[in-house]
Amino acid sequence: MNVVVEKIFFSEKVAKLVIQAPEIARSRKAGHFVIVRVDKFGERIPLTIAGANIEKGTIDIIVQEVGVSSSKLCKLNAGDTILDVVGPLGKATHIEKVGTVIAAGGGVGIAPLFPIVEAFKKAGNRVITVLAARNKDLIILEDQMRQFSDEVIVMTDDGSSGKKGLVTQGIEEVIAREKVDLAVAIGPAVMMKFAALTTKKYDIPTLASLNTIMVDGTGMCGACRVSVGGETKFVCVDGPEFDAHKVNFDEMLFRLSAYQKQEVEAFQSFLNK
Amino acid sequence: MENLTTYLTQERDQEWRTEIRAKIKLKERTLKLRVKMNEVDPDIRNKNSVEVNSGLTVDQALLEAQRCVDCIDPTCITGCPVGINIPKFIKKIEIGDFLSAASVLKETNTLPAVCGRVCPQEKQCEAQCYYTLKLKKEPVAIGYLERFAADYEQNSGKMSIPEVEKSNNLKVAAIGSGPASLAWAADMAKFGYDVTVFEALHEIGGVLKYGIPEFRLPNTVVDVEIESLREMGVKFITNFIVGRTASFEDLRTQGFQAFFVASGAGLPRFMDIPGENYIGVFSSNEYLTRVNLMNAANPEYDTPVMSGKNVAVIGGGNTAMDAVRTAKRLGAETSRIIYRRSLNEMPARVEEVKHAMEEGIEFLNLNNPLEYYADENGRVNRMKVQKMELGEPDSSGRRSPVPIEGSEYFLDVDTVIVSVGVSPNPLIPACLSDLKVSKWGTIIVDKETMQSSIPDIFAGGDIVRGGATVILAMGDGRKAAAGMHQYIAEKVKK
Ligand SMILES: Cc1cc2nc3c(=O)[nH]c(=O)nc-3n(C[C@H](O)[C@H](O)[C@H](O)COP(=O)(O)OP(=O)(O)OC[C@H]3O[C@@H](n4cnc5c(N)ncnc54)[C@H](O)[C@@H]3O)c2cc1C
Ligand SMILES: Cc1cc2nc3c(=O)[nH]c(=O)nc-3n(C[C@H](O)[C@H](O)[C@H](O)COP(=O)(O)OP(=O)(O)OC[C@H]3O[C@@H](n4cnc5c(N)ncnc54)[C@H](O)[C@@H]3O)c2cc1C
Ligand code: SF4
Ligand code: SF4
Ligand code: FES
Repeated sequence: MNVVVEKIFFSEKVAKLVIQAPEIARSRKAGHFVIVRVDKFGERIPLTIAGANIEKGTIDIIVQEVGVSSSKLCKLNAGDTILDVVGPLGKATHIEKVGTVIAAGGGVGIAPLFPIVEAFKKAGNRVITVLAARNKDLIILEDQMRQFSDEVIVMTDDGSSGKKGLVTQGIEEVIAREKVDLAVAIGPAVMMKFAALTTKKYDIPTLASLNTIMVDGTGMCGACRVSVGGETKFVCVDGPEFDAHKVNFDEMLFRLSAYQKQEVEAFQSFLNK
Repeated sequence: MENLTTYLTQERDQEWRTEIRAKIKLKERTLKLRVKMNEVDPDIRNKNSVEVNSGLTVDQALLEAQRCVDCIDPTCITGCPVGINIPKFIKKIEIGDFLSAASVLKETNTLPAVCGRVCPQEKQCEAQCYYTLKLKKEPVAIGYLERFAADYEQNSGKMSIPEVEKSNNLKVAAIGSGPASLAWAADMAKFGYDVTVFEALHEIGGVLKYGIPEFRLPNTVVDVEIESLREMGVKFITNFIVGRTASFEDLRTQGFQAFFVASGAGLPRFMDIPGENYIGVFSSNEYLTRVNLMNAANPEYDTPVMSGKNVAVIGGGNTAMDAVRTAKRLGAETSRIIYRRSLNEMPARVEEVKHAMEEGIEFLNLNNPLEYYADENGRVNRMKVQKMELGEPDSSGRRSPVPIEGSEYFLDVDTVIVSVGVSPNPLIPACLSDLKVSKWGTIIVDKETMQSSIPDIFAGGDIVRGGATVILAMGDGRKAAAGMHQYIAEKVKK
């Protein structure tokens, strides 16, 4: 049982939870995630560890409400417990000094991007962060990102914050004016697909952190598999980060929609409860 | 061996055994017909998760126990990987002392209620029974009787908790909570150790919980056994991945003296054929985990599962049978096994194949998938299959399947479950660079002590064997406990 120590809403649908998990706090590195099961009836869902406090024995997760499981998590308050939290899972991000890094985050991807931005900055890189979402409300962590970025560019579909436009336009803007050594893109699969296509034009090495459907998170089920460079990989153990230029995003997009019908129905009946 | 024979003879010569043997003439015993297991009707059971075999009644068990002739040389015991004293427990049943029968089982087997249900008896104890070997008749139903005695004890509410030695305050840990680990934990607790079992998932039991379905092995049967381990002082920690949540080094610092790695063979294999990543193509591990561990078929639970209409399961092992029968229970109109060899070569337990056939599972033996196709949403809708014939025996002694050119044809499917084997879980080897592993990724151990190339690490079960059986895993667990006990005794002396 893991106690929720604190909860903060970043926007109507995005909350940060600080959870008691001392062992994980000690072992985790940037890029790692946990699998969480809220209650006896819950699914096992993957969430990036956004931060940790070893002294207090806590980890932070940032959750965006998209369906039943994420909504159940966002409804928890300080003092409530989460039945299962297991991790840290996945391979840690390979952090080194490369020069200039573009960190592009879209929607839900902004949360998992944060610890990576922090780590690249601390390793001495110049970090330019591009945050993109449909509208102002979905841009989260902007202030925290500024703390560890040399520059933050905000892009919204409707222009309600920052510039009007897509994440790729933000990326192109940076590439046009300076030399970029590495790009990291995290967000919905479509966003990562187009970010990868953009950086490929300029031959900029690019990492994408894939948010596939998972069950166990330990390599046991294969639910999370994707094709990378023509080979099947398990995101939970071989990833979550891969060379974005080699990922078959179209296949990943299909696989993400596998349970869409059940998810929508379940969410409807959850909202009606 | 000498000692064992003497021991068995001494036991056999005890008064109660001589008496019960004399009660019925040998000839009369051998003329009795083998008991039939009581089963739920196939058309009822293939729609729910009720246990297929409902066990023997007291009368049936008494009659079947009479068939055992209490051989001077009980060959059946040699067929049991943990060497259960089979005639002794069966004669205890014959005299009506079912609780003592259960105690006999527990002398060597921590999970008799499980083994009585899932052991491939026809290849193990029953294959070596006097009836099979000499009389060419159906063997004594050792497995059914084992289950009977174990269930009787579970239902009696008088579970005997094995005695444990006074605590020696030495901490030891197992990695994984499958059968290998449970058998190891029981022995280590008896020796007086402070035993902790770490499990990555949120449930204890390994494959017994996430793999083998409820209709074959109800969770409550496993839970009762776990409860008695708890009463013996064994601590279970779930959601703890050794090597990730904490390293071996961290655990050594916390005072653990030695480790038993029983992390299983959890990695699913795929065939690497085109279309295998389409929606609706699963590993059997994913499919069974969703249903068994996550309760996906129950609408109260949040985890979804696809209940296909046209389901094809690729493979012929126990896992394939479990997956195809699960699909049937979730409402599939056709559920098929697609297996590249013939029925004779099928590795699944004979009973499971029989049950599957009764339940309306179609068997496309000597067939092999070549490719999957999908609709515009990426959901699998068709597969290409090739017919096979049997060629020369291969290294495994089985006749190997050879494709028949030009025999390809198409099948409509909306769900495909790939069940062509598993590989050892690479997590532990990956975090211990000094650990010697084979080219298949199994941990290399000393066959007697189960000690690995790292002195304080022992291993057993599927991580050593690469996919075997519950009882072999348990046998390893017991050997490792003995080996570890000796290792720690020497270490502490120094
Ligand atoms: C390694 C990893 C790290 C992640 N980190 C975070 C994180 O830090 N914060 C966070 O909010 N989310 C994160 N996610 C995504 C998160 O796991 C999903 O949002 C969650 O499982 C949705 O569950 P649900 O029941 O609420 O929604 P569902 O009912 O499962 O889905 C609702 C809708 O969201 C879509 N969807 C489902 N799964 C995903 C997914 N994985 N990505 C995008 N869309 C999806 C569905 O198609 C559906 O339309 C991460 C995923 C992975 C694999
Ligand atoms: C569907 C199915 C049906 C089967 N049917 C039969 C049958 O009828 N009869 C039979 O005899 N055998 C059967 N088997 C085989 C049998 O179940 C296995 O041989 C047996 O369970 C192996 O036991 P084990 O203790 O080695 O490992 P497992 O039972 O595989 O347990 C390993 C456990 O270790 C955990 N783990 C792994 N890594 C870590 C880590 N780093 N930290 C913590 N925990 C970890 C895993 O989560 C898992 O729970 C079947 C197998 C399957 C999959
Ligand atoms: S444990 Fe298995 S092999 Fe041994 S006697 Fe029981 S059923 Fe037979
Ligand atoms: S071999 Fe068969 S008949 Fe003989 S003791 Fe064993 S079970 Fe009984
Ligand atoms: S989530 Fe099961 S293998 Fe990756």
